[in-house]
Amino acid sequence: MDALASLLPNLALGFQTAVSLQNLMYCFIGVFVGTLVGVLPGVGPLAAIAMLLPATFNLPPVGALIMLAGIYYGTQYGGSTTSILVNLPGESASVVTCLDGYQMAKNGRAGPALAIAAVGSFFAGTVCTLLIALAGPPLAEVALKFGAPEYFSLMSMGLIASAVLASGSMLKAIAMIFLGLLFGIVGTDVNSGMSRFTFGMSGLADGLSFVVVAMGLFGFGEILNNLEKGQDASGRELLTKKIDHLYPTLRDLKVSVGPIVRGTAIGAFFGTLPGAGPTISAFSSYALEKKMAKHPEEFGKGAIQGVAGPESANNAAAQCAFIPTLTLGIPGSGTMALMLGALTIQGIAPGPQVMTQRPELFWGLIASMWIGNAMLVVLNLPLIGLWVKLLTVPYRILFPAILTFMAIGVYSVNNLDLDIYMTVFFGLMGYVFMKLKCEPAPLILAFVLGPLMEENLRRALLISRGDPTVFFTRPISAVFLGLTILLLVIMVLPAVRKRRDEAYQE
Amino acid sequence: MKITSQEDFWGGVMFIAFGALAIFIAQDYPFGTAARMGPGYFPTWIGIILVILGLMIAATGFKDKGQGIGRWPWKAMVLLSIAFIFFGWAIDHVGFVLAVFIMVTLASAAGREYRWKEAIIVAIALIIGSWALFIKGLELPFPLFWWR
Repeated sequence: MDALASLLPNLALGFQTAVSLQNLMYCFIGVFVGTLVGVLPGVGPLAAIAMLLPATFNLPPVGALIMLAGIYYGTQYGGSTTSILVNLPGESASVVTCLDGYQMAKNGRAGPALAIAAVGSFFAGTVCTLLIALAGPPLAEVALKFGAPEYFSLMSMGLIASAVLASGSMLKAIAMIFLGLLFGIVGTDVNSGMSRFTFGMSGLADGLSFVVVAMGLFGFGEILNNLEKGQDASGRELLTKKIDHLYPTLRDLKVSVGPIVRGTAIGAFFGTLPGAGPTISAFSSYALEKKMAKHPEEFGKGAIQGVAGPESANNAAAQCAFIPTLTLGIPGSGTMALMLGALTIQGIAPGPQVMTQRPELFWGLIASMWIGNAMLVVLNLPLIGLWVKLLTVPYRILFPAILTFMAIGVYSVNNLDLDIYMTVFFGLMGYVFMKLKCEPAPLILAFVLGPLMEENLRRALLISRGDPTVFFTRPISAVFLGLTILLLVIMVLPAVRKRRDEAYQE
Repeated sequence: MKITSQEDFWGGVMFIAFGALAIFIAQDYPFGTAARMGPGYFPTWIGIILVILGLMIAATGFKDKGQGIGRWPWKAMVLLSIAFIFFGWAIDHVGFVLAVFIMVTLASAAGREYRWKEAIIVAIALIIGSWALFIKGLELPFPLFWWR
């Protein structure tokens, strides 16, 4: 096999790039800062990356990407640490980890819980790194054959998948997609040069900035939400018990092997699918392990499988989300969209050609993923004490700090005061969305894909002279659309709907 | 007819409003044809779909049982917005130091309890910290004071 034969030299190139002292440092800073931010409540991966994006502007492209990837894994990881120790998920993907992880910690088994989360994540990270290395090149080759109709259908599939897998009402999630598409096309129309939806503001000529929308919806809105709920009063039951033994017992390891492997598989599947992501993977893995366990009644009372499975799954998904992003140039999630944005800022057009034109970038990033995962294991366990300390900082001190970093982050992108004002607008919008139970994740994905969707629709219809059946007569495009419709139909079936709702309730 | 789910009804209304606004504004842009899409083509269709989806969502507001919207934290919303907007205006007019100071002290008042001494200490710490990190370290070109 071609891909297999070139795997070793490719990975060698990757490690050569990643192991330079400078890049190792970027990787270290990334995972460290990422974990730090991930530990903070109310700052998810998306807001964290958006906040730290300006820090990478002056770095070389490889270094910038490596650091951002490090931040991404770091936040995932930080989230699970706080879930286990204080029952406070740093981000949505680690909500499930709270269920059994915190119970384990209460039983004095915080050490094994943290260790198994680390081991599971590391295993998942290793498998997925290999998967990306293997699947990347052939996928990119296929993608090079894609025309406008294929891209349009693929993006439709990703968007619908993100709506179907979002929690809450599917109808609202779909409406959020269209709203996102609408926000996405604000600015100058590339074809006609006409300004659309700019309300006469010249600062909007280049469109809404991604950082502005992301920070508003996920940063500003989240602070409001936390303030209303009263973060301080929520009573963080801080475990003051000392964590004495870290190592899991032999029995722990034995029962965790299965969940870790299955979790990795689930995560790899959902992660690769554009639109799905770590959260749904973690939920599915938990549900599956509960079904497969000999003693399902232990779940919720500190079953180690309930930590091992979901933690492996969300890490696998986080990692495999890079597959569509790097090979097709289509981000599968808001976070991935930010990574693509970072690429563009560095002057690299994302897409299948990156692999052939900038092999050191692609393979360097892959190698650094593995290194980053290894660093997290080494870094996290000894630093747990520090992370716990960080949690004792009251929210009334924390949120002005988060606000300051957000303000500096947003302003530094364009040095434009309008960006700050727009962030407030999207922040208030984000809060309204939360109040109205409208999940913002599909919106942000659609926001990024908006201009791409319009352009590919235009091209596809131009080629077919306005005949919309072109999407069904081209085989690859038809498959994507078929899958999209299938997804929709399955979800409308009452039985599946009920199961989905149950999965989210647990 | 009684609204049983506030969040569904008002959610639907919101989507209808956005959709209608999109259709209305897009009237000014040439629509074109399917084969030659004008700048108004895509937004008009999105607007139409948004209105339809909005109607469907609003309709469920009369059927499904919701949890209600709850109260709005007006104080926090206003204070945070003003603090943030002030930063955007101030950074170029009175410089980084005052922009951060006033933003932080204002925003702190949005919390449950306001301790003004603490807020001032936090503000000073944040100014020094972010100056070292962003202006010194990352060389972001922010003026420190209004005299540059």
